[in-house]
Amino acid sequence: MPKRLETVVLHDSSTPVFGDIEKGGNVIVTTLDTVLNQARANSLWPLTFGLACCAIEMMSTAGSRFDLARFGMEAFRASPRQADLMIIAGRLSKKMAPVLRQIYDQMPEPKWVLSMGACASSGGVYNNYAIVQGADQVVPVDVYVPGCPPSPDALLYGILKLQDKIKKGQSPKTFHDLRIIETTPRQLEQVKS
Amino acid sequence: MELLKDVVKPMIAGFGITRKRLSHQKVTIMYPEEKRAQYPRTRWRHVLTRYESGLERCIGCSLCAGACPARCIYVQAGENTDAERYSPGERYAVRYEINMIRCIFCGYCQEACPTGAIVLRNDFELANYRRENFIYTKEMLLEPMPIES
Repeated sequence: MPKRLETVVLHDSSTPVFGDIEKGGNVIVTTLDTVLNQARANSLWPLTFGLACCAIEMMSTAGSRFDLARFGMEAFRASPRQADLMIIAGRLSKKMAPVLRQIYDQMPEPKWVLSMGACASSGGVYNNYAIVQGADQVVPVDVYVPGCPPSPDALLYGILKLQDKIKKGQSPKTFHDLRIIETTPRQLEQVKS
Repeated sequence: MELLKDVVKPMIAGFGITRKRLSHQKVTIMYPEEKRAQYPRTRWRHVLTRYESGLERCIGCSLCAGACPARCIYVQAGENTDAERYSPGERYAVRYEINMIRCIFCGYCQEACPTGAIVLRNDFELANYRRENFIYTKEMLLEPMPIES
């Protein structure tokens, strides 16, 4: 008979602390979902989807200085069927959009999308006929990372935010709760309150 | 003898490189726990600064919005009165909004600003889940009031 029951203590860092060892806890009570989400969050396999200059920073993040492998993400996959995270790094042209959508559809569930940089997230300076104004018009995006390009630590912060989201068990977004907003200035009442 | 020459010798040479590399300085920055020092001119999150008296520097001239290549700044100016004074001049910014996801952090707004109100500091942790959350209002951008001493 164990002395006491302990639940899984989810730490801020990517390492979960199972039970409180000092208090003599030796039984872990958890749900299958929590364990699955932990496993998913800590072994994301990103897809190599560099579209422009942001890809250089993405490669730098995988390099030894910032070392994406610390979060279980070093295996960049060239095939969408082996990946579960798509990092859209760079501006998405309208010609590339159907290709992006097809590759997203080929990825196995569960899958997540991280939109890296100003161009992928909103179009950035390229407010013209050739560039999709935000990758969320094509695929549901989980995390947006601003910057032009985001430095490797800013991308790492976005990835950690995504890991947090996966650990909390929020399922990937569908198109139903996807809202595309325009950048109209808000009402004065909203700003004052 | 052949074996010693062809197999063991290169192996020793190979492990020699490994041994040499072991004593090298570690280059990895353990990011969430330890942050690297940013360069002094790094441009990240915008801050609207204040004078030492607590008055806002921004005079609502919209020069930053004009200089912005991504057109991500929106400024609405209002008149200062003696009863309600925000900035030393005649006008102040009633609304100051930056669409942080469209911004490319070029720093042209900082260059265009005649009073040095908007500056780009080095807080890079801006990632978020929803696109609505990236419209930074004046309240989010303004520096906190200087502490009265």
